Amino acid sequence: MAKIPSGSYTPLYVEDASKRSVAAFLIDIRPVTNSEFLLFVRENPKWRRSQVKRLFADGAYLKHWGADLDLGPDADRIADSPVTNVSWFAARAYLKSKGKRLPTEDEWEYVACADEIRPDATEDPAFTKRLLEWYSKPNSRLLPSVEDATPNVYGVCALHGYTWEWVRDFNNAMVTGESRADSGVERGLYCAGGALGTADPHNYAAFMRYAFRSSLKGNYAVANLGFRGARSLPPHKESP
Amino acid sequence: MGFLLLSGCGENRKLGPNELKAQEALRKEIETIRQAAAMETDVAADTTAAQNPSDTPGEPEVMQGEEMAVLTDAPHVPPPITRKHPTKVTIHLEVTEVVKRLSDGVDYTFWTFGGSVPGKFMRIREGDYVEFHLANHPDSKMPHNIDLHAVTGPGGGAAASFTTPGHESVFSFTALNPGLYVYHCATAPVGMHIANGMYGLILVEPKEGLPPVDREYYVMQSEFYTKGAYGEGGLQPFDMEKALREDADYVVFNGSVGAMAGDNAPTARVGETVRLFIGNGGPNLVSSFHVIGEIFDKVYVEGGSYVNENVQSTMVPAGGSAIVEFKLDAPGTYILVDHSIFRAFNKGAIAMIKAEGDEAQLVYSGKTDDRIYQPEGGAIQTIPQEAKPQPLAQNKQERIEHGQIVYAQVCTACHQAQGQGIPKAFPPLAQSDYLNADVDRSISAVMHGLAGKVTVNGEVYESIMPQLGLDDESIANVLTYVYNKWGNNGTEVTPEMVAAVREAGAPASPLIVH
Repeated sequence: MAKIPSGSYTPLYVEDASKRSVAAFLIDIRPVTNSEFLLFVRENPKWRRSQVKRLFADGAYLKHWGADLDLGPDADRIADSPVTNVSWFAARAYLKSKGKRLPTEDEWEYVACADEIRPDATEDPAFTKRLLEWYSKPNSRLLPSVEDATPNVYGVCALHGYTWEWVRDFNNAMVTGESRADSGVERGLYCAGGALGTADPHNYAAFMRYAFRSSLKGNYAVANLGFRGARSLPPHKESP
Repeated sequence: MGFLLLSGCGENRKLGPNELKAQEALRKEIETIRQAAAMETDVAADTTAAQNPSDTPGEPEVMQGEEMAVLTDAPHVPPPITRKHPTKVTIHLEVTEVVKRLSDGVDYTFWTFGGSVPGKFMRIREGDYVEFHLANHPDSKMPHNIDLHAVTGPGGGAAASFTTPGHESVFSFTALNPGLYVYHCATAPVGMHIANGMYGLILVEPKEGLPPVDREYYVMQSEFYTKGAYGEGGLQPFDMEKALREDADYVVFNGSVGAMAGDNAPTARVGETVRLFIGNGGPNLVSSFHVIGEIFDKVYVEGGSYVNENVQSTMVPAGGSAIVEFKLDAPGTYILVDHSIFRAFNKGAIAMIKAEGDEAQLVYSGKTDDRIYQPEGGAIQTIPQEAKPQPLAQNKQERIEHGQIVYAQVCTACHQAQGQGIPKAFPPLAQSDYLNADVDRSISAVMHGLAGKVTVNGEVYESIMPQLGLDDESIANVLTYVYNKWGNNGTEVTPEMVAAVREAGAPASPLIVH
């Protein structure tokens, strides 16, 4: 895991364009792969494709595999690719077994602001353009191996350009707002007038991530949606 | 109708007082229709159109039966609705993200309603109760939804149809207002979803139907913003900066340059009446829609119920529509353009309809004569150019230089600055096999004009090159310029060669434009 120092970032939807602070945390340098997830379901039969409860994973759960414990005909090529078609519940169970948790939306967005050389590349149009080009392309049939991914400035790989990733509070935007009329978040989500409520209406890449997350439910398994683990650091102790 | 962004939240939110009122009114209306339908089913199954209460003024119509909507790809339109009563219509639409041709040699990743751009054409009747299924293909990278301008209600269906890849959403609405409506994706960022091709048309036919015509076609204008300039080859990504500046590289009809031109042009017979259902997906530009050589007998302004007559060009707003009708009185090719004209000749906004039939000389004679025009009368032979004679080219280099000026003045509009032409409309002069094969034929084309089918670099073109009225020197210069540019064979054309062709006279019809 990589240690991410505390800091702050500007989320897409904020009332007053103020920054949000993020405490230091640990995050996996790569998304969880098919072969890693296979080991998990081997040890945890209730998370196998044929046995999982529909409440926790819908019909598309691990559908790209050959069978419960078989990655299918392309096994060799996808073993080190990010696992996808996993529900939020399944991702959470996997990480719990490793003593980890899903990153929060703030943590994920914060670390994803970085490119190879800077902790915050979001002001660079070239960075946004690169993300948009990836978002514009349909999924490739087989996801590439994460072994070849280039690390960002924190040493974290494949945040962009491989898959979408689950975050712990993926439906934050959905549940916080009650009414377009009186809630800042909801107003932010409503385009024609509400785009004014965003910190940066040009940040199409962030728009897309928030839009994608808000289309999800916890039991959805989606072909280009994977996950990685995170861990909190113990609170910093004041020296006496 | 709204642009709901992250619209999954629509299910749980509180509504404002006006929204509540509107929703309540709609609910009551739908309830009335449903109750009426239930009563009808109880009474009898053999209800005929004649017995339908809708024939009695003031009585609400009764919904009967159900059916699957027929969906078509442009330029085709589903058949007219002959039902005299509303029904329950089920529509299945699938969103896919696909790589397809935008222009010759140029590909683009389109986000589509039904596999192509524009999306499927849907045709329902006023009062129909629509059960709408929106599926998002599992391989899509994005969530999508649909905002139908034909829907009355907040978001136009956007919130209810917000769909993750690999899922399907179902929602229902009653088509309260007749008209031709745009539908589009309204997922954040809305502009990008529309810019990538997510729009189409839904026609809600009025109760009494539209008057019968001979042909109906579906034409939708939209623009694309690509990283490379117009014509730059390869798979071109979306350019957000250009989209924000509203600086389009491509303005097209039916999703790609030439989608409705050349061999893809729909046909009709002389004497037939054609109805075009025109939409404009935008995302930014308003269309000045015009058909060269036709006057619209009727325009359903903005796709609504008001009919204007005898219209030359009609405005089609982004996210809006128009229905136009015209009778074809003379044979030939009618060119559809956005008369914001640089879009037509430089960005691709050209489509065609071919009218077949006999010449109708009284309607349109064609050119009947070509003679020298002497404003000062036949006796005075001086014309302004003679006062300041153009120096004659002394060598090949000068010929090329003079020719470049002629090219810029006369040829660029159609054949384009780099000789690349316009796909399906005007053949390329760059690396042109047609040009390089026969120099006398090229001289003749510039001198006499050209009409009829020609094959250039394997593509068939059937449009008209007018007589240009250039003198022998200018023809020699411009052709020498073209022959020495863009990979052509380097021929020098001299005024003597041009004179010889002029001596030989014009070739026989159909090469000549009379």
